[in-house]
Order: sequence, then C-alpha cells, then structure tokens
Amino acid sequence: MTRREAGWPDLLALPVDTDGPVFSAPWQAQAFAMAVELHASGRFTWPEWAAALAAEIGAAGPSDYWHHWLAALEKLVAAKGLASAEELANRHEAWERAAEATPHGRPIELAPFL
Amino acid sequence: MADHGHEHLSETELRVRALESLLVEKGLVDPATLDALIQTYETRIGPRNGARVVARAWLEPDYRDWLLSDASAAIADMGYAGRQGESMYVVENTPVVHNLVVCTLCSCYPWPVLGLPPVWYKSAPYRSRAVIDPRGVLREFGTAVGDEVEVRVWDSTAELRHLVLPERPGGTAGMDLESLAGLVTRNAMIGVEKVAGPREGGRGA
Repeated sequence: MTRREAGWPDLLALPVDTDGPVFSAPWQAQAFAMAVELHASGRFTWPEWAAALAAEIGAAGPSDYWHHWLAALEKLVAAKGLASAEELANRHEAWERAAEATPHGRPIELAPFL
Repeated sequence: MADHGHEHLSETELRVRALESLLVEKGLVDPATLDALIQTYETRIGPRNGARVVARAWLEPDYRDWLLSDASAAIADMGYAGRQGESMYVVENTPVVHNLVVCTLCSCYPWPVLGLPPVWYKSAPYRSRAVIDPRGVLREFGTAVGDEVEVRVWDSTAELRHLVLPERPGGTAGMDLESLAGLVTRNAMIGVEKVAGPREGGRGA
C-alpha cells in the first residue's frame, strides 16, 4: 500500500519517531490524513505534495510544521481544482457561524449555515 | 479563556473542518477511510500526559491527595496546562466505586492530558447509554464491575473536565513512573476499562 511507504523521510522535518508521524493535536492528524488520502486516490503525486509543502516551509523553517502542512494542502487542493479558495473561505465562515450558534455540549451542525 | 456557553473552534480547527467537509461532500475523500487512518495513529496524537499523572499518583500518596483535592494545580505541577485554562477534576476508582466520564464533543475533551478522543466517545449512543445503562456500556468494553460497586457517571463541561484515576493493578510493585505510565490507557482514564497489570497484557508489558 503506497500510503504506508509514502516517503515520510523526504518531507522536510516531518515530526516522526521510529514508529511514524507524531501529532500534538487532533487537527494535525486530520490534516495529515487528508493529504495521505488525496495522494492515495491519485489527486496529486507525492513530488507535487512535497513541492507544495516545501514552498510553505520555505524561508520560515520547519517550526510550526503542521500549520505549513495545512496551508500547503489548501493551496494544492485549490491549484488542482478540487476546492477553490473561495469555497474554503465560505465554508470556514459557515463553520464559524454554526459553532457560535451551538450551545455547549451539542454536536455542531453545519447544514443550517450553508 | 473560559467558554461563553457556545462551542468554540480555533481558527485552525475551522480551516481543517472547512477543508474536510468540502472534500467529503465532493466525494474526494471518504470519511470512514480518514477515520481509519487517524485511528491508526490515535495513540500518537496528543501528549497523553494523563498517564504520567496517574502513575505519579500511584507512587506518591501526597501527590494523589493533591490531585484529588486540586487537580488543576497538581496537573499543572507536571508542566501540563489546559488549552483555555479549564479546570480538571479527578475522580478515583476504588474497590467500591467505579467512575465513568461522558461528553458529547471533543471540545470538552481534555486531549492535552488524554490524547485523541476515541471516535465512539463523541457518538450520541455512547453518551446516552452511558448515562442510562453504565454497567451495560462497561460490559461491552469487557469491564466487569460487581453489583456491590457503585458506578458514578460524570459529564464533562466546558469549564470542568474529568479524569479518572484508575486503580493500580497488581504485579506492579517496584515499577517506576515511566513503566507504570506505560500501562495506563486512555480508556482507563475515561473509565471504560481498568488498567491491566504487566502480566495481563498491559500496554507496557
């Protein structure tokens, strides 16, 4: 399965230990999983992904690695025509309104805010 | 900062949700596949500092007392602070009391202490069943709790997050903090499981 051999060592200081990547918050694992799945289904190649990530990390250096990962994913997804920056911005705003309107302790429902 | 009565998502969490919901809606990623992949790494998400808190409480009676009377301060003493300064409350399992924590959302879930919440933890059936039939839920996790044991169910809120201090298993005399912490599972700190000793196939065995 390619996703298991997707070449973590090439990815510019991906936070790993001997067993694979490590995450300090749940969102980081979600962002990681989305990139791995889009690659696995052929939406982009691994070199394309590595280039997008390298562009984000660029001069800033690898601190804040997962934020760079997320930014790279947003840009590559837009560049590939999978979801535009505008769609992302609208959806972002919808989630924000949904969260604002949800009393604490309830699941956040997106549908009424789309 | 304390919650103001509605759900709060950080800017980054909003971006991740926006991206994920769009990709799922367009059929570009399968949510079940994403969950499966994330679960592969679930023990590797978040610092799981809670296990070390539990191990220290087992080793140092004074620390245990402090943890039970002022959990936020005792946990902060280990260098672990909550994201938004929320309070922690620790409940202790004993031979006569078994504690179980429920909550509907990861926003209530103290992941800096416990690591990633399990997917089932956020499900409505788990939460409602845990309140109505806690012994049944425990049985499904293979956790036997005798009739003489009182089961207490705790609902975490925005301001107060619960952590279960499990019973120290037998066969652990002489183990140090790191070895003991290796036995403590996330499920034990939620209260759906007991901690298995090193000879019963505990995580650190």
